[in-house]
Amino acid sequence: MSAPLNTTRLLAISRKEIIQLRRDPRSLALAFLLPVFLLILFGYAITWDVNDIALAVLDHDNSRESRELIDRFRSSGYFTLKERIEREGDLDALLTGGRVQIGLIIPPDFSANLGSGRPALLQAIVDGSDANTATTILGYTRAIALQHSSMVLLRGAKLATPVTSESRVWYNEELTSRNMIVPGLVAVIMMIIAAMLTSLTIAREWERGTMEQLAATPVTRQEVVLGKLLPYLGIGLFDVIVVSLIGVWLFDVPFRGNPLLLMMLSFFFLAGSLGLGLFISAVAKSQLLATQVSMLVTFLPAFLLSGFMFAIDVMPAPLQAVTFLVPARYFLVVTRGIFLKGVGVEVLRIQGWLMIGFAVIGIALAVRAFRKDLG
Amino acid sequence: MRIADHRSRVLEIVRKEFIQVRRDPRLLRLVLVAPMIQLIVFGYAVSTDVRHTKTFVVDHDRTQASRSLVEALTGSDYFDVVGTSDRPADLVRALDHADVIMGMEIPRGFAADLASGTGASVQLLFDGTNSNVAGIARGYAEQIVQGFGVNTLSTPISPPVELRERAWYNPDLASRNYNVPGVIGTVTLLMCLLLTSLAVVREREMGTLEQLMVSPLSPGELIAGKTIPFGLIGLLDLVLVTSVALLWFGIPLQGSLFLLFGASVFFLMSALGIGLLISTLSSTQQEAFMLTFLILMPMLLLAGFMFPVSSMPEFFQWATLLIPLRHFLEIIRGIFLKGAGLESLWPQFLSLVVMGVGVLAFAASRFSKRMA
Repeated sequence: MSAPLNTTRLLAISRKEIIQLRRDPRSLALAFLLPVFLLILFGYAITWDVNDIALAVLDHDNSRESRELIDRFRSSGYFTLKERIEREGDLDALLTGGRVQIGLIIPPDFSANLGSGRPALLQAIVDGSDANTATTILGYTRAIALQHSSMVLLRGAKLATPVTSESRVWYNEELTSRNMIVPGLVAVIMMIIAAMLTSLTIAREWERGTMEQLAATPVTRQEVVLGKLLPYLGIGLFDVIVVSLIGVWLFDVPFRGNPLLLMMLSFFFLAGSLGLGLFISAVAKSQLLATQVSMLVTFLPAFLLSGFMFAIDVMPAPLQAVTFLVPARYFLVVTRGIFLKGVGVEVLRIQGWLMIGFAVIGIALAVRAFRKDLG
Repeated sequence: MRIADHRSRVLEIVRKEFIQVRRDPRLLRLVLVAPMIQLIVFGYAVSTDVRHTKTFVVDHDRTQASRSLVEALTGSDYFDVVGTSDRPADLVRALDHADVIMGMEIPRGFAADLASGTGASVQLLFDGTNSNVAGIARGYAEQIVQGFGVNTLSTPISPPVELRERAWYNPDLASRNYNVPGVIGTVTLLMCLLLTSLAVVREREMGTLEQLMVSPLSPGELIAGKTIPFGLIGLLDLVLVTSVALLWFGIPLQGSLFLLFGASVFFLMSALGIGLLISTLSSTQQEAFMLTFLILMPMLLLAGFMFPVSSMPEFFQWATLLIPLRHFLEIIRGIFLKGAGLESLWPQFLSLVVMGVGVLAFAASRFSKRMA
């Protein structure tokens, strides 16, 4: 620890790493391609928004009233009438085969009950196997049934609803899933870079036997770790910029905060992640093992336990406790805060310190793991 | 005689491969433990249920009526009130800091408006940064508020159209029953792909592949000897994670375990084939790892594991037919949740058989060409 950092030696290690990266142009290309590829996939193909719901209708009543109700479903924009069926048994095959997602059954006394003021029954049978989609479908169905109810009530000129709620959504007014994904993707991509590029770099030296050569040179372990880190830091930050620009220009994701603040905090988060990758690499000493461990330790938690897509609030308590140890969880607050909420340092102060702490710990771990091997 | 020769030489390689795996106990442990950890984390984390949404309440009214509205909200499983205040600025702060997802502001005069019958109103604010959670939570909250209003009427009216809903195959709409079977396929694929592609490239990097080539082994024997161990490890992993799903998570299995096993064999064949293909395309382990990732990510995202295929644009829906995982997910979910058999799953089975045999054969021919 006493030896001062020698910038020349540090940069020499960086240069060696860059030369090695350049000799492997395909890996380098993938490092730039993968983020863009992921972004395009998420931007164009993947969404949780449910529409075009395949609907089957069994109308026993076949009256003006029942047709009116069916029309309300069709004109809602969410449902597509795929099948009109005659027998309840047909619905079974349609749902099991996945040809329709929901079946509506209107009983024969529907219009008679509506006319006489008795509750008229509407049966909805939904394919529950995909619980998320089913919940959304049932939500739409309820809303449409409610709408129809109030229309029938209003036609009879009854009274106003006792309590109305006025909902407003902030930060992502249209509830677009892209706006939720892109800022989160920035965090996930950095973890991928760390897992893919750095986790192999020290293990590779061990496998190829170049570690002994490195050990014989006067470089200190801090210089090796920081020197190896620098090029990847550059790649990672470049990826952050590219992903942000594509997100904002191509996918219209709002960017309401300060880009400089995002870059600064990304820098620390990236430094920590890369340090962690180097640490894994130094401990594993085998590339095969390093890839598996880094997937388990860096990428999966960032993807699953950061709140990127899955809400932390519904996880069981022990798993929730684990999420506090996932740096991506805090970084996600940063990216979403800066992209969508437009908040600054005053709100993100705690997250900022955590990022700096993560960087220090990540690099310290890498340096420590390295010492053992060289000494 | 010839066949016996083949068999003994293939077995020799398989044995060598297992000796290598055994020599690296850390890798062995990882191969067995990692999928189980992944299943447990995935099983608990990949949940799209929306419950216990953190809520902030600003109650300007402070009456019996406003308090019972808050109780109606927290009485459900859906909302947890984590903060209250009488200043709206605190609500804004909580939303900005991502401390809460929903805020409810009850205006002064709420109870009076409710009593006089002029119609009371409350404001609900949502943090939309997680669009999925916000959308579902909004639906729940509006329903609870509306239900609260109807209950306060002296003569409760029933709505003219009464909706009676049932969810088949998964009556409680527990997303875990849907997600965990999906994780089984995903985790096995992940393990199988990475192991195959990296292990073969490692031999090339170390130069031991050349040694194998000059041995009297035919290319076919070498490929069989190299893939069989990974296939066996994949099957073992599959049995392990399926047991965890059944015993730990208690996911009900409606269909036939035997059918599931059959589908798994062909699914694993396609995974081995893809892994082998990647190994022929890469010269370093790093390249193999990145290529695996590049192929794995879109497969995971497009196969319907987390995002429903039916919501994708039409072009992508067609494209996903080329992903073996998509067919396997449909089979495994059909067997677990719907108790479906071959009569409804035969198209997926057929695709999986064609892909499993086809991809593996194609990969093997490319591999042996590279060797020659």
